[in-house]
Amino acid sequence: MPIGSVPPKYKVTIDKDLCMLCERCIENCPYGTFRREGNKIQIFSRACTGCHRCIAMCPRDAISLQEKPIDYRSHPVWSREAREAIYNQAQTGKIVLTGMGNALNVPQIFDRLLLDACQVTNPSIDPLREPMELRTYIGKKPRKLTIDKTPEGDIDLVTKLAPNLKCETPIMIAHMSYGAISLNAQLSLARGAAEEKTFMGTGEGGLHESLYPYQDNMIVQIASGRFGVDIDYLERGAAIEIKIGQGAKPGIGGHLPGEKVDESVSKTRMIPPFSDAISPAPHHDIYSIEDLSQLVRSLKEATEWKKPVFVKIAAVHNVAAIAAGIARSSADAVVIDGFRGGTGTAPRVFRDHVGIPIEAAIAAVDAKLNEQGIRNEVSVIASGGIRDSADVTKAIALGADSVYIGTAALVSLGCRVCGNCYRGLCPWGIATQREDLTARIDPDIMYKNVSNLIHGWTLEISELMGAAGINSIESLRGNRDRLRGYMLDENILSVLDVKTVGADV
Amino acid sequence: MMKKTLTIDAKGMHYTPLNKEIRAAIKDGVTEIILENINGQRFIGNGLRGKDLTIIINGVPGGDLCMFMSGPTCIVHANAEHAPGNTMDRGKIYIHGTAGDAVAHSMRGGEVYVRDSIGYRGGIHMKEYKDKCPVLVVGEYARAFLGEYMAGGILIVLGRGKDQPPVDERGVGTGIHGGELYIRGEVPDHLLGIGAEKKPFTEDDREKIRPYIEKYCREFGVDEPELFSDEYVHIGPSSARPFAGKYCWE
Repeated sequence: MPIGSVPPKYKVTIDKDLCMLCERCIENCPYGTFRREGNKIQIFSRACTGCHRCIAMCPRDAISLQEKPIDYRSHPVWSREAREAIYNQAQTGKIVLTGMGNALNVPQIFDRLLLDACQVTNPSIDPLREPMELRTYIGKKPRKLTIDKTPEGDIDLVTKLAPNLKCETPIMIAHMSYGAISLNAQLSLARGAAEEKTFMGTGEGGLHESLYPYQDNMIVQIASGRFGVDIDYLERGAAIEIKIGQGAKPGIGGHLPGEKVDESVSKTRMIPPFSDAISPAPHHDIYSIEDLSQLVRSLKEATEWKKPVFVKIAAVHNVAAIAAGIARSSADAVVIDGFRGGTGTAPRVFRDHVGIPIEAAIAAVDAKLNEQGIRNEVSVIASGGIRDSADVTKAIALGADSVYIGTAALVSLGCRVCGNCYRGLCPWGIATQREDLTARIDPDIMYKNVSNLIHGWTLEISELMGAAGINSIESLRGNRDRLRGYMLDENILSVLDVKTVGADV
Repeated sequence: MMKKTLTIDAKGMHYTPLNKEIRAAIKDGVTEIILENINGQRFIGNGLRGKDLTIIINGVPGGDLCMFMSGPTCIVHANAEHAPGNTMDRGKIYIHGTAGDAVAHSMRGGEVYVRDSIGYRGGIHMKEYKDKCPVLVVGEYARAFLGEYMAGGILIVLGRGKDQPPVDERGVGTGIHGGELYIRGEVPDHLLGIGAEKKPFTEDDREKIRPYIEKYCREFGVDEPELFSDEYVHIGPSSARPFAGKYCWE
């Protein structure tokens, strides 16, 4: 039954007094919002995705954008999104797909956690004049060290250390595959990460040969589709990550539509061009924690125990118990991805409703690993909705060793979080494979945005630590006493193991 | 190339030192490694390269045999466990016996031959790329979920089991979007999963599978002309995009 069109999401207007008809808006918009008609730019607002590319490129600031110019009758229960999903499904009978992370207005626990600072009784530290230790080692730590004294009086380390990743900052870049994002975006991220002596993930899309120069800073992913995975790929990575789940869509697989699999993507993933790349929901060789352990060890055997192996899971209800299982599987790090994590495409109901917040997951995992005396067996990497250095600092104080940033890293390349990644037409050249669009990112320039971002955040973290009188990231890790809960209920405070604001020390 | 053989007695050996010895032998120019007294050691041959290498296993190897392997040949004179040929890239595995679940899981290239039967999820998510076309040949029968999510490759079940159909459990080819299954004997329609459909078995198909059946017969000493002359049930994808109809955009 026809129910007509839904109201346009955006209204674009051009101030004719300012417009000089340079047509940059037309060139920049791949969605067809603008066209030239005589001495005028005609606007088709319905095509607009709110990506801001035209606004960013207009030399005269002539373009205005209004969100929801026509809204529905306001109603506390029946949001615009709820109504529009129904109109959509009434006409299609299908699963609604969306892009980017959770779009519900869910409370941000990070915003209700406050950091501490020194006053009078314990002096704060100025990172300008004191060394601040932000170097982070990801991997197993020995329970104890055995040393030997040589006849010459030297000390030899007898304990065999497991391989660790050495990062100069607790910030790493999350796995975003070639296919989901462009090669130029990946190159910018990889070079930016290498510049800051940290790491980035390949995602499940293989490793394109132009990324080989950065392979020592790349974590190669092995997911349920095993795309692009062979022994060369495994040996190239600095570490290997088994992806079990993703915060944006826990429990389901992935599906790169054939139209995004061009020649180059096909080569990197090692699948025929234009074929769908379907990653099943589970790894079909892992049906239990014992099977997971087998895959972890299989990867280690194949790479002669030289590479740390991470296991990434979505933060779900029993995340702590699962993480404890992973810690016993020979894995070197557990990655937990919270329910605000981003993605190129996820079903709306999964993105918005499945999983738990990363803050609670970090605290629960850290507590469980400590309780079982195996916290040293794995590093904890947190991801999913980390927006700034304060979030990073709080995540570490809750018990994480390090974080992955995905969306934030893309925002540093221009992403406006418009959420239309699945269209394959990203005007910022990120979530697209169309050559004229990917050419909008010059990796030799844009890598600097990525390294600047990590650098800036790292500086801020050292300032925040210094203010709290902490000079080493190790003293911040799991230091919940440096956090206070603000307007959080008692149950959450108890899960986080954080006191309320105003509580006695 | 000169053949150079080394025998390793693996009695009571852990898999890591065993694989280390194998790697050291390869470095040393050994082209044939005989492993005696294998008893459940996992990961044998993982990630090994080189097409001139043969590993002969006497005893039952553990799971993930030859995972990520790229080139060598492995012959098992016993049954094999879970997922032999997992994510294999190149090379051959011959199993003189049965194999467990997820045989040839996600295999991209190479060939796996199992003389007798296999467990669940055989050939799941096999895929092909350019000249790499994985082949799994099963002598007797397979359990449920055979060839699920197949994205490429050839999966042959010879149905040599006595009084045992080649497959009599559900989920054959569920989600298949590339590749082919050839099954000798009856496969009732209701066993086919979503996305799989029967196709005509042509002379071209017969020619296509012939060399693999020949290799099977040669390796396992089988002389059964009917394997070449009988009809096979040919199953392939009903669409290259089995999930395309499930979704709409926000």
